[in-house]
Amino acid sequence: MPPVITTEKLSKQFGPFKAVNELTFQVEKGEIFGFLGANGAGKTTAMRMLCGLLAPSSGKASVAGFDVYTQPNQIKRKIGYMSQKFSLYGDLTVSENIRFYSGIYGMSRQQIRQKTPELLEELQLQQEAKTLVADLPLGWKQKLAFSVSIAHDPDIVFLDEPTSGVDPVTRRQFWELIYHAAEKGVTVFVTTHYMDEAEYCNRVSIMVDGVIAALDTPAHLKQQHGGESMEDVFYALARNATRKGD
Amino acid sequence: MPSPEMPPEKEINMKQLIVFIKKEFLQVFRDKQTLLMLFGLPIAQIVLFGFALSNEVKGSKIVITDYSKDAVTTRIIGKITASQYFTVEQSLQNADQLQAAFRKGTIKMAVVFPANFAEDLARTGKASVEIIADASDPNEGTTVANYMTQIINDYNLELDSIAGQPLQIVPDILNLYNPQLSGPPNFVPGVMALVLMLVCTMMTSVAIVKEKELGTMEILLVSPFKTLYIIIAKLTPNLLISIVNFFIIILLSSVFLDLQVKGSLLLLTFCSILFILTSLSIGLLLSIYSSTQQGAMMGALMGMMLPTMLLTGFLFPIDNMPLALQWLANIVPSRWYFIIVKNVMLKGLGFASIWKETLILLGMCVILFGISLQKFKIRLQ
Repeated sequence: MPPVITTEKLSKQFGPFKAVNELTFQVEKGEIFGFLGANGAGKTTAMRMLCGLLAPSSGKASVAGFDVYTQPNQIKRKIGYMSQKFSLYGDLTVSENIRFYSGIYGMSRQQIRQKTPELLEELQLQQEAKTLVADLPLGWKQKLAFSVSIAHDPDIVFLDEPTSGVDPVTRRQFWELIYHAAEKGVTVFVTTHYMDEAEYCNRVSIMVDGVIAALDTPAHLKQQHGGESMEDVFYALARNATRKGD
Repeated sequence: MPSPEMPPEKEINMKQLIVFIKKEFLQVFRDKQTLLMLFGLPIAQIVLFGFALSNEVKGSKIVITDYSKDAVTTRIIGKITASQYFTVEQSLQNADQLQAAFRKGTIKMAVVFPANFAEDLARTGKASVEIIADASDPNEGTTVANYMTQIINDYNLELDSIAGQPLQIVPDILNLYNPQLSGPPNFVPGVMALVLMLVCTMMTSVAIVKEKELGTMEILLVSPFKTLYIIIAKLTPNLLISIVNFFIIILLSSVFLDLQVKGSLLLLTFCSILFILTSLSIGLLLSIYSSTQQGAMMGALMGMMLPTMLLTGFLFPIDNMPLALQWLANIVPSRWYFIIVKNVMLKGLGFASIWKETLILLGMCVILFGISLQKFKIRLQ
């Protein structure tokens, strides 16, 4: 089976500044791929290029079998996206949010009607279908946002620091949702600040100053860099960074 | 290439758009506060401008100088004194005193009856009375002069019926300080321009900036939903609400101010939609340059309300402004819309009288929408 994300020397330059410098990696189908790096390391820029939001300066990349230069619209249909900012409408109810986001991905009314109860059941939110999202606790909102981002059954879901500001218990539950999605064959591309979350990933890439400094399974990375935890590995790699986070 | 089980792209697009527009309406109608403001604003403005700020002037201080002192002038002076519009001050006898009183602003108008007034009237059938008005405030100046003319015309009619032949007293009006008066102001066209402009720019910019602030804009951009559609979906509810607002103003002014649309309502509606679209484009442009809802709101208030109030011509006549401001007024869309409403609504004129203004508005609309569309796409990449 071909990889779902392939990049070859993918670069993005803003003026003289090389935000992302010759990234080459592959992500397999159904994989949970952790994308780590300090602030300013180039994570977000790389992710935006893969989502079709930003045109690369050079290099090659394909997502879900489509080229990022020539087929960004096809890519958009095949991916889901959840940003670090909470991204549901607080003044709409839970089911209205589901209907809206599924609708703009072109799902038919019938598909949405079928999907909504399934989704609510998985989150155990059946009772809250008519509750305004603003009235939900933060943890529930984040879980709902994730479920909404994969409601249209994308090949890949991009998660940009999805658990920032969420308590440990909810983070655990959130990762259960991620595993569940991966089991169903959705590829998960996730950036995070939490090193314990990096341990949950199948493979982790660590970006430093616009390049990938390391890419392997968490176990191998710890072995190679002689660390007890991913935190040690990350620190060993990132302390040599010259870019300051913003 | 879309996968085979997907419906054709055009069909999807249309469905997506409808979903989005529905969501916009849901949000608008759920926000009771904004809704109240949207529809309260035109009502408040009409009441405020129509009643409270009415341009009726009562008890203006005037001076009557009578060089004739005959039966006719005494009758007319009696009528003037009886009128609630005027308070007659003691007679000032010479021109210097008059001038000084005008300068100090103690009097608003002087009425001068020349010597031999009744004699002239009897011999030639015609006599003129001089009315000198302080027009430093042009609106008040005209209004006061009009009241006086009215009183004299009434007396003319009386004379005609007594004499059985046309006798004429000609009011000779002299506007001090501001000889070229613009016509009597009517606030309704101005209020219409102001309300539509404000509602459109504010609602649009706030609605879009809100999505940026929330972070939902990013999600929309990653989705297959087209940028142009985001704009269309955002503008549609505002367009409809503004059209409703337009009809509310027309209805209010017809019922409460007894001011009906004299010309074609269809033409007026068409031009109003054009003006609304222009204002929506300005709101779109504002949203591109502001990153917070407060910023967008302030931009709409400061950037649009002041120029619209000052440079539209409904509070201050543009002809009396310095040349630089007159030039500036030309780029204010409401200035042209104001002329259109005045001509169609008040004067009952047809398209022939407003084609130039309509064309200017159309040009502004196309240019502004084009620019904001372009900027919107670039900015969001």
